[in-house]
Amino acid sequence: MSLKSSNNSDSPTGSLPKSPTGIAGLDEITGGGIPKGRPTLICGGTGCGKTLFSIEFVVHGALLYGEPGVFMSFEEKSEELALNVVSLGYDLEQLQRDKLLKMDYVRIDRSEIEETGEYDLDGLFIRLGYAIDSIGAKRVVLDTIENLFSGLLDQGILRAELRRLFEWLKGKKVTTIITGEKGEGTLTRNGLEEYISDCVILLDHRVANQISTRLLRIVKYRGTVHGTNEYPFLIDEAGISVLPITSLTLEHDVTSDRVSSGIPSMDKMLEGKGFFRGSSILVSGTAGTGKTSIAASFVHEACNQKKRAIYFAYEESPQQIIRNMRSIGIDLQQHVDSGLLQFQASRPSLNGLEMHLLSIHKAVELYDPQVVALDPITNLITVGSMSEVKSMLIRLIDFLQSRQITVMFTALSLNTIVNEQTDEGVSSLVDAWVLVREIESNGERNRGLYIMKSRGMKHSNQVREFVITDEGLNLVDVYLGPEGVLTGSAREAQQLQEQTGVVLHQNAINRKDREIERKRFVLESKIASLKEEFESMQDELNRTYVEEELRKEVMEKNREQLTRNRHDE
Amino acid sequence: MIEPAKLSDLESDDNNGKTYELRLFVTGASINSIRAIANLKHICESYIPGRYSLEIIDVYQQKDLAESEQIIALPLLIKKFPMPQRRLIGDMSDTAKVLKGLGISTKSE
Repeated sequence: MSLKSSNNSDSPTGSLPKSPTGIAGLDEITGGGIPKGRPTLICGGTGCGKTLFSIEFVVHGALLYGEPGVFMSFEEKSEELALNVVSLGYDLEQLQRDKLLKMDYVRIDRSEIEETGEYDLDGLFIRLGYAIDSIGAKRVVLDTIENLFSGLLDQGILRAELRRLFEWLKGKKVTTIITGEKGEGTLTRNGLEEYISDCVILLDHRVANQISTRLLRIVKYRGTVHGTNEYPFLIDEAGISVLPITSLTLEHDVTSDRVSSGIPSMDKMLEGKGFFRGSSILVSGTAGTGKTSIAASFVHEACNQKKRAIYFAYEESPQQIIRNMRSIGIDLQQHVDSGLLQFQASRPSLNGLEMHLLSIHKAVELYDPQVVALDPITNLITVGSMSEVKSMLIRLIDFLQSRQITVMFTALSLNTIVNEQTDEGVSSLVDAWVLVREIESNGERNRGLYIMKSRGMKHSNQVREFVITDEGLNLVDVYLGPEGVLTGSAREAQQLQEQTGVVLHQNAINRKDREIERKRFVLESKIASLKEEFESMQDELNRTYVEEELRKEVMEKNREQLTRNRHDE
Repeated sequence: MIEPAKLSDLESDDNNGKTYELRLFVTGASINSIRAIANLKHICESYIPGRYSLEIIDVYQQKDLAESEQIIALPLLIKKFPMPQRRLIGDMSDTAKVLKGLGISTKSE
């Protein structure tokens, strides 16, 4: 049992001092416990857990809060009571020896008693006072003081004395729990609620559809804010737990860390990274669309990352799941063996919804996983109505998110037409919703997967074909052609066709390349011949120029010769 | 076989012959206590003079007795003997009831 529950006996100034009950969940609802130093009435029908409730109050007081208690029973003998709570691990005998608890069984037998005139209950006062003083008790339980009404005839005296008793207890500054049997139209058979004005808690036990639910409601709590709803509570081997164990607010931390879905191509649809850590994911789809496989792959991936996971199976046994998943290349057994994966399988009809919720709570608290899968939540409908399942899931999601646990639910949608708002009405609660649907065409059924929503991230709006292979799960792009969405063999045909196209195209490209090469060759040879032509022309020009020079020189020489010859004459 | 007549003889013998062992639990000097003591003494003296032993206990002085003697309402008179044990609560002002409780038949007087 969680003992983390509030320990704020010294409440903030201004608010009523409270005495923690140590009962998981109750102290959260009441904001710290029941009023300190005052009487609290706990009423309810037979077998609703009043006595257990009050025993837990004194035992927790003695063991956890250092407040010894007196348990005065008007119904059961001390030994019987002690025997009843042995299964909860409470050793009342030892507590009595340690002076932490004082049990007193008050026996009133109508047939033995003769009333001969005026009397009072001083005997009870002395007895109780002596018990309180002998161990310095801070807590007192009177279970069920109403039995006095059947033992004593004079109602007038009794009522006056009870009023005096409660006042006296207040004066003693002990926190008292008085239990009372539920009456017709009143909270208690003898109207004890008239005397106890500080705090009244009503316990109820209802059976609907052959499944019982225990409910707790705070009818009245003077001077404090308290939850007013009916809270389901459970009695099991750890005692009483009131739900919700978690906070009632929406204040949990968020993170932008991601966890992989275990299917790389699905992660790609989610910005390539996967889901947010601590988010809730709903996978819904019709029968046989591979919801369990998605959940198993998610858990498998988490375990590969050395994260702890719990798989709550409500449909198949663990062995069945392990065997089936092996066929698609997911070996869950290794994770079970290495202690990373835990299976919690139960039939939904085993318990009421609340019991399921509590068993989830307990498993999570015990094992502290980072990833949880519930497969499928739709089966829980068999034990509760839609709204009950929804309220349970709200609380579950709330609880898991507060612990930063990523949860994946699978849900079976019964109708083939996708109804966007059903699915247990949880679609609005979850952070991500993956929908797997059948696409039936060309005489075959294929699975189409799309992400309906994923809060806080860009996600693909594409329908992908979801294929389950021997190597695991994969998502394939579907083909959108003139005939619509192509999946399965139609998609493969399209793929082949495209491949042919690619080969042809390649061939065409090669031909063009060669032509260009040829053209270039031609062009280059042309350039070479032109170049040669130019060089020969240049040579020609050079020759003419040289001849011209030579002629000029020769002529010059000749003229000089002529001149010289004339002078010689 | 015990004959019914014999049995009743035995009972009346017991009641007439044996000593009544009475214990009266009171709370200090409260009105009810004082009245109970007075009334009881008067009844005993009137009906079973000399054939009773009366122990008066103040529960305030011996608080642990409250639990061991299963005391709730006070004043409380316990008839320890003769059997069967009987418990009478109140200030003993209803003489008829006290006599009935103690098993004293008024007709014998």
